[in-house]
Amino acid sequence: MPTEDSSQKTAWWNNTHNRALLFQLLLACAVSLFFVFIANNTVHNLDQRGITTGFAFLKQKAGFGIIQHLIPYTENNTYGRTFVVGLLNTILVSGLGIICATIFGFIVGVARLSSNWLVSKLAAVYIETFRNLPLLLQIFFWYFAVLQALPSPRQSLHIGDSFFLNIRGLYLPRPIFEHGFGWVVGALFFVLLAIIIIKRWAGKRQEKTGEQFPVLWTSLALILSLPTLAYFASGTPIDWEYPVLKGFNFKNGITVIPELAALLVALSVYTASLIAEIVRSGILSVRHGQTEAAYALGLRPGKTLRLVIIPQAMRVIIPQMTSQYLNLVKNSSLATAIGYPDLVSVFAGTTLNQTGQAIEVIAMTMAVYLTISLTISYFMNWYNARSLLKER
Amino acid sequence: MKKLSFIMVAVFFLISASLAAASTLEEVQKRDVVQCGVSTGLPGFSNPDEKGNWTGLDVDACRAVAAAVLHNADKVKFIPLTAKERFTALQSGEIDILSRNTTWTLTRDTSLGLNFTHTDYYDGQGFMVSKKLGIKSAKELNGAAICIQAGTTTELNLADYFKENKMKYEAVVFDTSDQTVKGFEAGRCDVLTSDQSQLYGLRIKLAKPDDAVVLPEIISKEPLGPVVRQGDDGWFNIVKWSLFAMINAEEMGISSKNVDEMKKSTNPNVRRLLGLEGIKGKGMNLSDDWAYQIIKQVGNYGEVFERNVGAGSPLKIKRGINALWNKGGIQYAPPIR
Repeated sequence: MPTEDSSQKTAWWNNTHNRALLFQLLLACAVSLFFVFIANNTVHNLDQRGITTGFAFLKQKAGFGIIQHLIPYTENNTYGRTFVVGLLNTILVSGLGIICATIFGFIVGVARLSSNWLVSKLAAVYIETFRNLPLLLQIFFWYFAVLQALPSPRQSLHIGDSFFLNIRGLYLPRPIFEHGFGWVVGALFFVLLAIIIIKRWAGKRQEKTGEQFPVLWTSLALILSLPTLAYFASGTPIDWEYPVLKGFNFKNGITVIPELAALLVALSVYTASLIAEIVRSGILSVRHGQTEAAYALGLRPGKTLRLVIIPQAMRVIIPQMTSQYLNLVKNSSLATAIGYPDLVSVFAGTTLNQTGQAIEVIAMTMAVYLTISLTISYFMNWYNARSLLKER
Repeated sequence: MKKLSFIMVAVFFLISASLAAASTLEEVQKRDVVQCGVSTGLPGFSNPDEKGNWTGLDVDACRAVAAAVLHNADKVKFIPLTAKERFTALQSGEIDILSRNTTWTLTRDTSLGLNFTHTDYYDGQGFMVSKKLGIKSAKELNGAAICIQAGTTTELNLADYFKENKMKYEAVVFDTSDQTVKGFEAGRCDVLTSDQSQLYGLRIKLAKPDDAVVLPEIISKEPLGPVVRQGDDGWFNIVKWSLFAMINAEEMGISSKNVDEMKKSTNPNVRRLLGLEGIKGKGMNLSDDWAYQIIKQVGNYGEVFERNVGAGSPLKIKRGINALWNKGGIQYAPPIR
């Protein structure tokens, strides 16, 4: 091809690069104009219909009660505070749900592949039952079935005078930390640090000499012994506040409301059944030759699984786990069906209805779910990148 | 998630239902059906039977409008809504009338873009407790767990009442009234609170209605009535006067049974109501016999009350303050002239 000389230079709008840029710019303008139009139109219409707009309602007094609040809350607090209370309740149930579902899902997934016929069939039945029933039904089942089975507060099931279980929830003693508790926390930190150092040292030693060191047992012994020692040495700085039956219900102590328990169980059990299948697919994706090679090297089945198969399976498992975690967080909004005070129930429910400001409330709620989901997604992508095959 | 997406869709409609706004009357006539937002099931007010036919006081308010506008009380499409969904459904134009035991309050009337037409039932908030607790008064409820429906004035009144009486409570908030009943029945809460008329309705939904008692205290004013969108005064008038026509009919002794006979009456009040003289339906763009159709097909206020919540129903609620103004109550309608 002959080289172009300067006199034949194409016009700037015929340059492919410029042209692409121009069209993208035009598209961006059109899209943003569209949204500006929608926003203007909405505000105009709301105004014309006499519907109040703006975020001033967040500073108004809420005037309704919320059964579970992780931060202090009374009827005198603002609608803004109900947002935070609901948000924390959502995060609580989602966080606990993710942890439980992951642990349980892994166990069931591995059990599904067990060579023990009974174990593997039990896992299969579990998976097929729970992943094929609608989640909402499962939530209702756990809530109403469990509620019906539990006794009234006066006939609570109890262990001594400290643990009570009845239809109103699970009541536990509340620890009250007194002066000197810092020593116990300090001891715990010291132990954790020590464990990390021991683990590194043990690893290096194994590489050098091939001798193994019982890291797990040493760690357990350290964790149990040192903080306990500190606890007694500093004069037992934890006092317990016990739940007491007063009038209708128990007072004092910590309460786990049945709505939280039911929702948590339903979410974990359901998501675990899906995670189990992901784990199974991950493990099956590792070639059988790997297992045989591990056995040939003299590794026992437990260690083969832990050191050879799972690390390779993780590469298949992690990306799928991300979407299960996102689902779990979003599914937690079904809480509203059984009266667990999550964000959708409290803020997009009661607050929306008392103030009537649907657009603001729903926009805030959507922003929250988007933020939570993107955060989880970001974290999981980072973790995925870390566990990917290192190509050297 | 269903609720959330419903609201999102409704919000979207709110946005898209932009400047092109025909009057609600024209829309209803074109559609040939009145869209009426009701509860998800509350005996006496709006409740579907096994065949899906809706009955109740709130239902009859909508049927009256259909009779006046479309000459057929059955041309109503009932759309069940939870307390949380109701205002958005009306604002977005999904329904023409919200007749869903909705309390008239300042906030709702002035900041939601809605207008309350008139009160068709004067109610107040009460408490229902299990009989075996042996409680006689709401003042003994300190520390109780209480089942409530989300998004109601009840939630706010409850907080006020307990604060005023220096008592504590635990609010268990459900989405629909059915769920509050289930929670109450399962023993999740000691108390079920709602408007007192609803408590009677919900009580007969219990497996053993005799095990529960409704406490005598009424802790709030709950005037219930149909609601329409703000900004369409013509439609507002039609809904309002449909109700007034029923109340006036009771006052004049005109019922669905004797309405044809009453056409022969010489009483000018009766003749004006039945569209035989006077302004008739002109101001509302309705036919002359609009009120006749309501009375003929739906009945007067007294009939509607007795049939749905009064002596002729399982609820057996007494007229009380809902009696006419000249019979010891406060139901009063402006004259038709």
